[in-house]
Amino acid sequence: MLNQLTISELTAKLARREVSAREATQACLDQITRVDGQIHAFLSVNPTDALAQADAADKLIASGAKGSLLGVPLAVKDVLAVKNQPLNCASKILGNFISPYDATAIEKLKAAGAIIFGRLNMDEFAMGSSTENSAFGLTRNPWDITRIPGGSSGGSAAAVAAQECIASLGTDTGGSIRQPAALCGCVGLKPTYGRISRYGLVAFASSLDQIGPFTKDVRDSAILLGAMSGVDPRDSTSVPQPVPDYAAGLTGDIRGMKLGLPKEYMVDGLDPEVKAAVDAAVKKFTELGAEIVEISLPHTDYAVATYYIIATAEASANLARFDGIRYGARVDGADPIELYSKTRGAGFGPEVKRRIILGTYVLSSGYHDAYYLQAQKVRTLIRNDFLKAFETVDAIVTPTTPTAAFKAGEKSDDPLQMYLSDIFTISCNLAGICGVSLPCGFTKAPKLPIGLQLLGKPFGEESLLRLAHAYEQSTPWHREKPVL
Amino acid sequence: MAAVQIDVKYVAHLARLSLTPEEEVKLSAQLGNILGYIEKLRELDVTNVEPTAHAVPMVNVTRADEVRPSLPHEDALRNAPKQGGGLFIVPKIVE
Repeated sequence: MLNQLTISELTAKLARREVSAREATQACLDQITRVDGQIHAFLSVNPTDALAQADAADKLIASGAKGSLLGVPLAVKDVLAVKNQPLNCASKILGNFISPYDATAIEKLKAAGAIIFGRLNMDEFAMGSSTENSAFGLTRNPWDITRIPGGSSGGSAAAVAAQECIASLGTDTGGSIRQPAALCGCVGLKPTYGRISRYGLVAFASSLDQIGPFTKDVRDSAILLGAMSGVDPRDSTSVPQPVPDYAAGLTGDIRGMKLGLPKEYMVDGLDPEVKAAVDAAVKKFTELGAEIVEISLPHTDYAVATYYIIATAEASANLARFDGIRYGARVDGADPIELYSKTRGAGFGPEVKRRIILGTYVLSSGYHDAYYLQAQKVRTLIRNDFLKAFETVDAIVTPTTPTAAFKAGEKSDDPLQMYLSDIFTISCNLAGICGVSLPCGFTKAPKLPIGLQLLGKPFGEESLLRLAHAYEQSTPWHREKPVL
Repeated sequence: MAAVQIDVKYVAHLARLSLTPEEEVKLSAQLGNILGYIEKLRELDVTNVEPTAHAVPMVNVTRADEVRPSLPHEDALRNAPKQGGGLFIVPKIVE
């Protein structure tokens, strides 16, 4: 079954001409036909276009062309622009929007030969932790379809777990890659802020958003990170740091590396099975020769509050562009103000409205200093906690989420409880560092994946992935697949 | 965690977001709760702490001022809800 292969396995087979890109793409399309009725990871797929791209890749392979992703089918979260494909951010407000250009990350993947197909479901405008906020229906967790896949990149995680694509792309503003990767049992990487250009990514919170890969193993994560990274003149926040060969850095040797265990992450509400799995992973790291040090991140308890001020403030400004004038749906009004209000009232869903109101409020006259400025100052304290910790450790190890996947509907009526499910992932975005989630075990009944989070220094993806890879290769978890 | 009162109608006007009366009631209660939780930030003394706007501080990022290909006119208009004569059509602003 070609759809079950990793990127490195598929490219090896393609290079040896054992299989064609068309066969691999067809295998993904067949799997979508077979299982996506239950999972609903995809909002849309264009099989004709996918197979045409595959045929073009096969021609290039036949002509002897090389490309690190030549002939590899990748699916994309519905928040990234892919030329001539729909782009809706799982919202009604974008109407029948078709992207007029490629995001820089997509341009780079295409240049490396990837087949970019399918639009993956998400929480509307990436706001949510369960993919229940999509305007186009729920995505189900492939391990238990009564449960959520996490969010906001729930479709990206579910599609990889359900073997509907070789790998996928998502975005992470407060955990939206790592949390669904943990709940669906795949590898999800949030790169350092500025590592990958955000050009062509529909902005939610510009100082927190990053694009990153969902993959079946750590090596694939390294391959996709390398393919997408680098400075871009079209995104002034992309950072001119050299891009190492991340895959070559996966040596398996982590002897002498130091891992920090933050005492603040052992919170009430941490599920005992999750705690046991993370404790076992920590033990495994010591067996592999790493040293474990207890550390403190004293401002951890303030991260969720800080995040929901900064992220909503930035969102309220970013989402002002959806006004019914230049693109998307429009509801007419007697004057422009009425047109804006009606268009936005009809086009946005409940969570997006909640965040626009909150963000507008914390920026409004009389409240700006009390909320927004205060949050920006606490953000400095949170960032300093991490920079201080990284003076003594190479990476930090935590659970990705306090519990395994919860049931659909369980938290959808209580936004604050939903926000608190992100307590372990949110600080990473505020601090601008990198983080990865990878499988570290399963709950017993029902059998649900548990995620291990590793947090690394700014632009420290090489050591972060080396640690993740060494752990992964000495454990069986990444080889387990859901039965569908 | 005291609930905070927020004038949802006024803030919705600032955000150019029309809400139904039911949405106003629901949002008012939910946002009161969330703001009550957020109040905990006031426990911290942040005197002399600089605010962070971006995690990777970079200043004066510029590029060469060169003419580059831009979006073709018809592509820019392709997604418009209403267009005509190569322009976006909007309601009358000035009588």
